[in-house]
Amino acid sequence: MPGFTAIIDYGIGNLHSVSKALDYIGIKNRICGTAREIKAADALILPGVGAFPDGMAALEKAGLVETIKSQSEIKPLLGICLGMQLLFDKSHELVESAGLGLIPGTVGLINTGLKLPQIGWNSLAIKKENPLTRGLDDDSYVYFVHSYCASPENPEHIGATCDYGAEVCAITMRGNLFGCQFHPEKSGDVGLQILKNFAELYR
Amino acid sequence: MLAKRIIPCLDVHDGRVVKGVNFKNLRDAGDPVELAGLYSEMGADEIVFLDITATHAARRTVIDIVEKTARCVFVPLTVGGGIRTVDDFRDILRAGADKISVNSAAVRDKSLISEAAKKFGSQCVVLAIDAKRRADGSFQVVLNGGRIETELDAIEWAKEAEKLGAGEIMLNSIDADGTKNGFDIEMTKAVASSVRIPVIASGGCGTLSHFYDVFTEGQADAALAASIFHYGELTVPQVKRYLSSRSIAVRM
Repeated sequence: MPGFTAIIDYGIGNLHSVSKALDYIGIKNRICGTAREIKAADALILPGVGAFPDGMAALEKAGLVETIKSQSEIKPLLGICLGMQLLFDKSHELVESAGLGLIPGTVGLINTGLKLPQIGWNSLAIKKENPLTRGLDDDSYVYFVHSYCASPENPEHIGATCDYGAEVCAITMRGNLFGCQFHPEKSGDVGLQILKNFAELYR
Repeated sequence: MLAKRIIPCLDVHDGRVVKGVNFKNLRDAGDPVELAGLYSEMGADEIVFLDITATHAARRTVIDIVEKTARCVFVPLTVGGGIRTVDDFRDILRAGADKISVNSAAVRDKSLISEAAKKFGSQCVVLAIDAKRRADGSFQVVLNGGRIETELDAIEWAKEAEKLGAGEIMLNSIDADGTKNGFDIEMTKAVASSVRIPVIASGGCGTLSHFYDVFTEGQADAALAASIFHYGELTVPQVKRYLSSRSIAVRM
């Protein structure tokens, strides 16, 4: 029986655009705001826009921190943008604050001389073979909007980077866990392929 | 490397695309949803809908179009025209737009920029500036397509908008608009070099080299065009191939 992907609703971020992209490529999905729904899903997507401390506060307020941590051990999880950053230990955005601690590393301002935020299409440099970029060419373009980025401690956790006057971690992965700093739901065919690849992990 | 963006702009009036679109293989040349999909397939990096009716009754129509477009187009979608309140932002973002451009309403009430940025994030607040040259060489902000003059200087207004929380500037030259003589390079450069947020140049493009000029000399991050694409004088892939051949990074 085909399952469904839970798009985690914690009151932050544009859940509907992720949902519409999944609908378009035929991946069953639901927007879920409770632990019970998240536990019933086969895979999880953690979206998010905005500031890191607000994101963590919203997850805590929704009472979903422990559920996400425990569920991420047994099913695929994809963090998008802020949702990817929240997977890490901590962030220096505004104030130093703790994240979900699922991937070792920190989140900080992009160390670049270029304009911030980075807004627009940048090309991926695939660093390590990973399920998300399967079937994609190196140098595929995806859409970014961010000022902060994650620095995984372990280079093994970097799937792809982009060059924005500094090497920026664009895809992170650790076991079942994945993160895209860019927005696959706004990255045209390449982004849709990445979402399909993620869905393949549990089909 | 970050690509320079090519953005077609669709003027929408009462739910229909105006400024005639002259594409073959289009079932309905006036359907904004179909056109947005076509442009996206051709490699447009974003789509802009400019609602030129912008009456209260038309708002519902635009929301409907945005909803339909967001179900089948997966590149960023910007909606502008007649946005006056934070509630307008919320309604259109909820329908599936990624960014909202504001123009006159932000001139009248600057807090619209800061309120919207606080509520929805700077990434979705685009300040559209219509400007024209003064005799002394400075650039004056105008409204209603140039019919209303303001005291604002375009460079100062762009800088202030950045401070207020705007995420991008869409800079339209009223002098160049419709001339096909090229973007106002000097004005684009003056604004782009004064702010740290991306500048989308608009107005005046007529040839391939105009795009090159605005990205190099003009320092623009993106270029917006309407009729040149709609009438098929140039296509998005053609512009991108040309820019790529001249070593400008574009998404192919």
